[in-house]
Amino acid sequence: MAGHATQQIDNSTLWGGKVSPFSTSYGKLMMWFFLVSDALTFGGLLIAYGYTRHDAQDAWPIGEETFNSMPFLGHGYPLLYVALMTFILIVSSVTMVLAVEAGHRMDKRGVVKWMIATIIGGFFFVGSQAWEWYHFIHGSEFGKVELADGSQAIVKGHFGEIENFKVTVAGKHHKKGDIITEDLMHQYQHAVVAGHIEDGVITLHDGSKATIKKAADTHFEMIIKKDGSKHKVGDKLEGDKACKQYYEVINSGVANKVIYGANLKQNEYGPQQYAQFFFFITGFHGFHVFSGVVINIIICLGAVAGTYHKRGHYEMVEKTGLYWHFVDLVWVFVFTFFYLV
Amino acid sequence: MERDDIIEYSLDAHHSEEAGKAIRKKILNVTILLTLITVIEVVVGAKWGRATTTGTTWQMIKYGYIILTLIKAAYIVLVFMHLGDERKSMKYVILVPYILFILYLIFIALMEALAVGDAWSTYGG
Repeated sequence: MAGHATQQIDNSTLWGGKVSPFSTSYGKLMMWFFLVSDALTFGGLLIAYGYTRHDAQDAWPIGEETFNSMPFLGHGYPLLYVALMTFILIVSSVTMVLAVEAGHRMDKRGVVKWMIATIIGGFFFVGSQAWEWYHFIHGSEFGKVELADGSQAIVKGHFGEIENFKVTVAGKHHKKGDIITEDLMHQYQHAVVAGHIEDGVITLHDGSKATIKKAADTHFEMIIKKDGSKHKVGDKLEGDKACKQYYEVINSGVANKVIYGANLKQNEYGPQQYAQFFFFITGFHGFHVFSGVVINIIICLGAVAGTYHKRGHYEMVEKTGLYWHFVDLVWVFVFTFFYLV
Repeated sequence: MERDDIIEYSLDAHHSEEAGKAIRKKILNVTILLTLITVIEVVVGAKWGRATTTGTTWQMIKYGYIILTLIKAAYIVLVFMHLGDERKSMKYVILVPYILFILYLIFIALMEALAVGDAWSTYGG
């Protein structure tokens, strides 16, 4: 950028008082100081994450295994969704810098146009993150399973659809011979966690018992994440034998052998701290994005009202721009250390 | 009361249509570069990620990721945030304290993590 910062001014004038030695306005300098402190916060969080992760070694979840779903398409698309999120954020950063550039030409229409584009990009990103969280909390269809030898494994593959439950013993709500076709997955997972499935017979919450009609799973593969007496971390079990082992646990009638999704106490992906760091760091970042969108909207309204045009410069747009780029900058690091490495 | 001793620095940031064209071209180039780096990272992550590669190869990929990330970060800070166009004193005031603190934090965290790891392997959990 041209202007004062590129002018040759001798040091005694620059540092002699009455001018800013940085050739910058007070507000912009303070925004930079705030960003430095905020960057230290994020730096501290990511370093704490690295420290914890170092302890866990191989048990730590692998990005491309954990994050491999796409909206409407299902599983099997490693990192694609988060790449899309990253792209959205980079593009919204670009539209922001274009708004700043338009401001330097006193082009009010340009500023408003690019600010609106930035706000839309921000909303897209926040929405994507909500979807990502939903998926993370909800978990996979198989969950993490504790096998007979005490080892724990995550499961990859295509989960055969549950077609219906056929009631064999009547309960409060269902009669014998009823075919249940609604809310099957939810009831099934609930029963698995509670240990209410024994030898293919599910005990529903109203006390009725039913047989499960389910299509066969395909591409079944288990990856060991915690040592047991027979399997070591990193072992891969494939095919019918692995599938049989998995369903022995499901059909054992023992509670808490399978974990679906994530909460603050446990998660199916890896050590307990993994989900905690995920929620905290991406949540803190998402909160920054959300505040950024709100600030952008306020500044955009100011630009529409002509406040900055009357003032003679669009420095407010530049300052919010700094914040918005910072949010993008943090995401670049979160992306690397949470998803790639 | 109007004050005449305050310099309005932001007015100096104004530029002409022609200068704007050159700046927009630079922005476009940086956008393409950042997108390209992201695409490379994702393709490498999906094809040669931690699940499939081990040993030295994975170490190289890991450090490659960190270098690519730092390149991305540098372009965002220096071009998008215009820090590259500021006076030298300003650049140093922003960057030097941050880099010093973060390097120190990484250093003590790594040292501590190694010590804790040693303690776990020596005395067990």
